[in-house]
Amino acid sequence: MTEIEGLILSAPSRRTVLAAVAAGTAAGLMRPALSFAAAAAPRASSYPAKAFIQHSQDATLQAMFGTSSVTASADVKMDAPDIAENGAVVPVSFDANAPKVTAAAILALDNPFVMACAYKIPEGTSPAIASRIKLGKTTKVVSVVQSGGKLMSASKQVKVTLGGCG
Amino acid sequence: MKLALIVLASLWAAPLAQAASQPDPAADLQGFQGYFLKRFPKVPLAAYVNGPYNFSKSERDQWKQIIEFPPYAFAVADGKTLFDTKFANGKTYASCFPNGGIGIAQTYPMFDAKTGRVVPLGVAINRCRVANGAAKLSLTTGKLADIEAYMTSTSDGKPIDVVVPHDPRALAAYQAGKEYFYSRRGQLNFSCASCHVQAAGMHLRGDVLAPALGLTASFPLYRSSWGDVGTLVRRFIGCNKKVKAEPEAADSTAYRDLAYFMTYMNNGLPIAGPGARP
Amino acid sequence: MAHQILVHAMSSGGSTTVEALIKHPMDSGFVKDKAGKIIPAHYIEVIEFTHKGKIVLTGYWGPAVSKNPFIKFSFKGGKSGDPIGISWVDNKGETAATSSNIM
Ligand code: HEC
Repeated sequence: MTEIEGLILSAPSRRTVLAAVAAGTAAGLMRPALSFAAAAAPRASSYPAKAFIQHSQDATLQAMFGTSSVTASADVKMDAPDIAENGAVVPVSFDANAPKVTAAAILALDNPFVMACAYKIPEGTSPAIASRIKLGKTTKVVSVVQSGGKLMSASKQVKVTLGGCG
Repeated sequence: MKLALIVLASLWAAPLAQAASQPDPAADLQGFQGYFLKRFPKVPLAAYVNGPYNFSKSERDQWKQIIEFPPYAFAVADGKTLFDTKFANGKTYASCFPNGGIGIAQTYPMFDAKTGRVVPLGVAINRCRVANGAAKLSLTTGKLADIEAYMTSTSDGKPIDVVVPHDPRALAAYQAGKEYFYSRRGQLNFSCASCHVQAAGMHLRGDVLAPALGLTASFPLYRSSWGDVGTLVRRFIGCNKKVKAEPEAADSTAYRDLAYFMTYMNNGLPIAGPGARP
Repeated sequence: MAHQILVHAMSSGGSTTVEALIKHPMDSGFVKDKAGKIIPAHYIEVIEFTHKGKIVLTGYWGPAVSKNPFIKFSFKGGKSGDPIGISWVDNKGETAATSSNIM
């Protein structure tokens, strides 16, 4: 119930985004599908559907990567809150210090389906991605990275409290 | 850290005398802001617009990540499109507002001497629609909230500048809003001040109770629990329900006056809307 | 205004950072509406980012990605003015695509 050091928000990114949105430069991107020929829709057939309907880490990794063997590694850094301010929007990011990373996945072990999202990472793209996921309840969140064919991981327990009435 | 704390907390002095004889907004403002500045010495005045984030580092860290690309960006973009869209008569919203509606959100709610009533920005947007032959929009969410989000974004950082003119009707509206804020209601018999003054900075279930100072500055708000952007009125309705009180009508005089008082108490703080909250 | 994608791509020091916010309900299929009816699952499955036509990231998303998804990543190369393409397809077969230039 005590305050922390007050923050006067000088959120440059918020400002830039608002300004760009208002000016229509970042936002003028409302083209419906197909009217834009340069970027064809991705192929849905590449979707690893089976990996998204598993209820355990092992089954998920097996379906996604063909192996469930994974080593916890300090070379995978992961950022997630200790306590989620709202389970509907939990910022999670990972950053792997490892060669030849080709893929990654974020798992939430106590979600109805364990797999939250996965990425195919081509050469030249950093193995560091930030996104926002939903957590149904307090759970361990695991970042898995495939490096040279081997799986390495970092994990963190994220507490989800009920909040937000009204 | 539950309701019991709130009871304990009511030992704190209230910042304003509850039964002022003659409304004195300027004196109230000084007392109100001074109370919080003294109680939370680490929080500078302008930081109050960030509400709960002055009281929880973990919440603040998540919020900073979220506003890197804020979820209300779509509301601002959609709001701009709507704002620029012509009514059937060829006019746009810009025709209804000073400076074409750009950079003026900090002056609302505004006292309208013609009708003798308080006009919050949402009501002004609806008035503009009606004046141009369009139907009113919901004052709580959806298109009107998007338009408000866009208009507010053009006032980002401008000091809130609500005026209570020397007009007995304006003073009466101010006073009514103040009384609403400090009156207990609902089955739980809480006033707005019980939670947002006495218990400010404490936890209520998963939430940190934001202090009344700064409480209106980030509206309209994207709340993750709403999943979209809502207006101050939407929040009033939510907070009335929280204490099991019957909410007022979105367009009611009671809510207009309440917004008038609360926003006046934030005079000088920077506009930080649209904002994001859990 | 159904299928918007907001993109910010910025190059500095030989690499480009892409941030995007994608408008999509990402309904999980576990949530009920006010009438108590389950809202059917509706979420993006595959999202692709390209730089000058070459894929720089493919995302596979499930129902546990938040509503109006956000993503941030970076890749080597890219300079001001280069096109960044984003396209997605969801579990109902709906798609959207957009292009933006690196700032
Ligand atoms: C039982 C406690 C309680 C009472 C009484 C209460 N509120 Fe709230 N209010 C909350 C909680 C919890 C939140 C969400 C957390 C926060 O932001 O403070 C909130 C949020 C708000 C917000 C949004 C602020 C923000 O930054 O998100 C406003 C505005 C607000 N309340 C106004 C009022 C008004 C006006 C009243 C009186 C009609 C009132 N509240 C009464 C608990 C209460």
